Amino acid sequence: MNTIKQVWDWLEHRLELRDSLWPVMRHPVPAALAKPVGWWYVFGSMTLTFLMLQIVTGICLAMVYQPTAADAYASLEYLNYEAPFGWLMRGIHYWSATGMVVMLFVHMSQVFLMGAYKYPRELTWMVGVGLLLMTLGLAFSGQVLRYDGDSYWGVSVAVAAAGRVPWIGPSIVHFILGGEYIGSETLSRFFTLHVFILPGILFALLAVHLYLVVKRGISEPPTPGEPVDKATYHQQYEKLLEKGIPFFPHALYRDGVACAIGVLVVVALAVIVGPKGPGEIPDPTLIHAEPRPDWYFLPVFAMAALSPPSMEAFLMLGLPVIGVFALLAVPFVAGTGERSARRRPVAVLVVLVSFVTFMILGWYGATSPWSPEMQAWSNAPVPQNIVAELSPVELQGAIVFQNKCCRNCHALEGSGGHRGPDLTDVGIRMNPDAMVRQVVQGGGNMPAYAQQMNSAEVAALVAFLVKMRPEGFAPAAVPSASVEPLATAQVAP
Amino acid sequence: MKHATSNSNSTDEERRGLLKWTAILLGGLASAAAGIPIVGFLFGPLRKRDDQWTTAGKVDEFPVGKTRLVDLQNPLHSLGDGDAGKIAIYVRRADEATFQIFAINCTHLGCPVNWLADAGLFMCPCHGGVYYEDGSHASGPPPRGLYQYEHRLEKGDLLVKLGHLPTLQQPG
Ligand code: FES
Repeated sequence: MNTIKQVWDWLEHRLELRDSLWPVMRHPVPAALAKPVGWWYVFGSMTLTFLMLQIVTGICLAMVYQPTAADAYASLEYLNYEAPFGWLMRGIHYWSATGMVVMLFVHMSQVFLMGAYKYPRELTWMVGVGLLLMTLGLAFSGQVLRYDGDSYWGVSVAVAAAGRVPWIGPSIVHFILGGEYIGSETLSRFFTLHVFILPGILFALLAVHLYLVVKRGISEPPTPGEPVDKATYHQQYEKLLEKGIPFFPHALYRDGVACAIGVLVVVALAVIVGPKGPGEIPDPTLIHAEPRPDWYFLPVFAMAALSPPSMEAFLMLGLPVIGVFALLAVPFVAGTGERSARRRPVAVLVVLVSFVTFMILGWYGATSPWSPEMQAWSNAPVPQNIVAELSPVELQGAIVFQNKCCRNCHALEGSGGHRGPDLTDVGIRMNPDAMVRQVVQGGGNMPAYAQQMNSAEVAALVAFLVKMRPEGFAPAAVPSASVEPLATAQVAP
Repeated sequence: MKHATSNSNSTDEERRGLLKWTAILLGGLASAAAGIPIVGFLFGPLRKRDDQWTTAGKVDEFPVGKTRLVDLQNPLHSLGDGDAGKIAIYVRRADEATFQIFAINCTHLGCPVNWLADAGLFMCPCHGGVYYEDGSHASGPPPRGLYQYEHRLEKGDLLVKLGHLPTLQQPG
């Protein structure tokens, strides 16, 4: 017993923790945090906890992972199937990354809605924006390190976008790739980015962020009608803290509970769902890949497809920059005044609109109705009930329909591609002449098939399409392609 | 080293001044000595290597009127590339003497386009870009037709000049 005390005293004499760290742990926070409203304050800690988990599992993974184009894939398989608990480390790393991104957005939304970014905590918010960027960078580079088909083509898409930067585009491409094409240098670069550069910057920012959280204090839960005023805020806050509670242990309990639950959920997901990928081999000659980014980038993926060509460069290159500046500007635009969300309808609206936009775009990205379904023409036969009653010419048309891959973009009775409208009841909307014109000339985002089909094939195809018109509907008399009846309107997400 | 002869304050200041400037100068020199190679190394990949001629196959291997996917070794590939050191191209032989060599990379954002022979179209799985068989843009977001590589026929061989990943400002 005495020895322990001696060791402790020896250490204390050198470290002086009682003077330095202890007051930090015991610094007073608003007493309201001891009330249920304190649950709103756990998200930052949860993000931090997931980050810790990322570091530890990341270090474990780095012991096995081979950051070379030639061996990375094999080392991932080795992790998945051979290395003891390797699959679990990969699983936790992936799901904890997911948790980190989710919690980061929740944390930011909470800080924004509760006006916690306002005076005097503007810098805390701005550093937080930096942390957001680092986290997204880590998410993307991590996806590249999961070196499979998606990863390969993900890099390809990223550099294709970067290559559009005026003038210096080609140089940026070379710099990112570390050469002329996606190869060994590329993966090494992303590895370095993922394990050295981005974490390094992230830790530096995090240190500032936490320092500011302690120095500037945790913001008190907002009360409607008590706006932030630079002249009086400090005084009020000091007064508040006089009746405050020590951060450790009181405020930490809720954090502890929330973080523990978070970790349990992540580990459970890792055990039940397992790690993600690797998918197909990253081989550029396997062109049947249908690359899709990890969920956090699905909205961006969707935007690339849906943006009109004239806006494309701006949306791809300009919008992210503007977005970051907008986030950085938030505390300067609305750095004082009302903090309660109840009195800030615009702020609430901004958050709602952003979330809904992200979710819709994300949903579009996940289902990508604009993409042709590459194998539809061979995988999805023309429904039997349709074929059964066809005349020889119409049957021929059904075969043309299948062989010319119309099915890749057009569904029949719901199955097939969704890039174009479902053609089951096209006969209600278009008359034969209009159909012929549409097939031959294309238009409205459909290629012209003039070269690909002879007139007999076109005639058969149109006969088939006309025949499919469901019973009880009159055939279209006027050639109008633009009217879209409700029955065929694309299902909105 | 010459020492100051007098012991007045001004010489002390002089010495401090000298030390300051030496520190700044030496510091600058040291930073440059270490920094220039580091920056040079980091930006080294900006030095571009040219594409190289490589044999895509015998001319007779390509039937007239057909488009074929050809897998090759990227002429610029290096040892550690693994499968990434490969490259795929589409070879279209329009007639006896006319070839078109397309990159597989979509001109929109670089996804691998698929050749659907029956439909006579190239389709991109990512955002629905479509190209006609001659590589021109048919529909969807791509801003231009497929990238084409330089090629020539020599002694019954089809030679193609390739290597770099084609992008909008650096097409085939
Ligand atoms: S990458 Fe081909 S359409 Fe976008």
